Amino acid sequence: MTEEVIWRPYGKLRTEAVPDTWVERDERGKIRVHGKNRAEKAVAAVLISLSVLTVIELVWLAGIPVDFKKAAGQTLHNLSIVFFQPRLHYASVTEILYQLLVTFCLGVLSTLFGSVLALLLAMGCARNIADPRVSGLIKGFAAIIRAIPTVIWVLIFAVSAGLGSVAAVIGLTFHSMSYLTKMYAEAIEEMEEGPIEALKASGAGFLPIICQAVLPTSMRYLMAWTFMRFEINFTNAVAMGAAAGAGGIGYNLFMAGDFYMDLHEMGFLTYAILLAVICLEKIATKVKKNAS
Amino acid sequence: MNKVLFGRKAVAIEILLIGAVLFFAASWITDFHISEGIRAFPAAICWIAQNMVPKASSLAKLPKILSRLAEAVMLSIAVTMIATLLAFFTSLAGSRTTAWKKGAAGLVRMFAAVFRNIPDVVWAILLLFSFGQNAVTGFLTLFFTSYGILTRAFIETIDEVSQNCVEALKGTGADFLEIVFQGVIPSAMSGIMTWILYMIEMNIRNSVLIGLLTGSGIGAMFDLYYKRLEYGVTSLIIIAIIILVLTIEYITDRVRKVII
Repeated sequence: MTEEVIWRPYGKLRTEAVPDTWVERDERGKIRVHGKNRAEKAVAAVLISLSVLTVIELVWLAGIPVDFKKAAGQTLHNLSIVFFQPRLHYASVTEILYQLLVTFCLGVLSTLFGSVLALLLAMGCARNIADPRVSGLIKGFAAIIRAIPTVIWVLIFAVSAGLGSVAAVIGLTFHSMSYLTKMYAEAIEEMEEGPIEALKASGAGFLPIICQAVLPTSMRYLMAWTFMRFEINFTNAVAMGAAAGAGGIGYNLFMAGDFYMDLHEMGFLTYAILLAVICLEKIATKVKKNAS
Repeated sequence: MNKVLFGRKAVAIEILLIGAVLFFAASWITDFHISEGIRAFPAAICWIAQNMVPKASSLAKLPKILSRLAEAVMLSIAVTMIATLLAFFTSLAGSRTTAWKKGAAGLVRMFAAVFRNIPDVVWAILLLFSFGQNAVTGFLTLFFTSYGILTRAFIETIDEVSQNCVEALKGTGADFLEIVFQGVIPSAMSGIMTWILYMIEMNIRNSVLIGLLTGSGIGAMFDLYYKRLEYGVTSLIIIAIIILVLTIEYITDRVRKVII
């Protein structure tokens, strides 16, 4: 056996042990340079089956009586109004900025609550520090909460808490919590075993292990994930304002679109949101770069 | 000085302080009272436990719920595949390793950033005006957001994974198509597949929100029974969504493990 560098189409260069004399040849006796391995076959199978389903769906969609030409023209016309003639009729610029701030704060609150709760849960379910039975239980719980879309959470809480910031924050928090639990747990699981084992061997309890080993080493990742979630929560808060009447700029958007049908106002709101989100994204890339 | 600001204890205190300031400022601006939140929470859980239980009569709606969910899955798959196809071509123009002109790459990136950051609410309302309440509106709304996200993801994947082999191929004098088919696609394939699977998952989840906004699909059905206060059916829809999402997560996870 010798070590040889093998090039796999779907992977990095890697060294693998190969038999000395064995060379795979195809039916014409040529040396096979990239044989189909299991992963390649799986990729092909998945792509083909997804494409078939896509074609079936497109045929079904084509059966819906929509005048595509007219509708597409109208969409372009509406888009041009939104993007080239933004104007405010119903709200003042300061009010829009204030609503943007409200949406921003909804995102901040739900991210704060979500990350604190998620940190506690993640410590209970990261496999390298927690009891395996508790870990499974918490992971299952988080997966079920995560499976329910944010809008449903907000609407459910709105029934008993009333529409407003309380329902919005609790609803957004629920989904952030379960999402961050998964991400935090993965970040903690990825850390090196060394420090934890050393502390365990010296007889340190659970809390010292968390404070002295887990948090210091994984802090950067936790912060990066938290900020990423904040970005998601901001856009979610916009959507919740529109879909569940949870306040903030999303509600203005809903009123401008579905109530006043004022495309000019929608244009202004779109630009305001766009600017805010792009700023957040710029900051997020910086945070991510710091983390890696 | 550095020790005072960046010592372990100092960082912990700073994080707590920043968190507290953010909490109080944000609570004040959004008119959120933590006491109200803490009081509302157990009440909400009690309410859910009492009301969000499917009744025997709501089971009659199950076939309709399942067919709506199947529609959502099919829609999400189709949206993801078509968005993938278009986003791949866009990302070839936007990636610094494959772009034919460096300036063009920057333009494509900017175009993709605008596309990605227009909120889905805006797409939903705009398309609702021209396409009306049907699955096509939902399809297009999901498509536009997926296209933006996938373009950014593919550009990053290509930049990260393919740089070395594209350079090597360029060195041998390969033309653009050869570079794409022999270099970019094979090296970026597993990254692209991961994104396709993730996007299908995300679109299924998102289709509830989009359906709610555009009045079609599973989202509209949820909205209907929710507004009629028929919580038996509403809870049945939620349970069906949970099972569907967990199943899809399980399947994509298995596929991902085989592929990578």
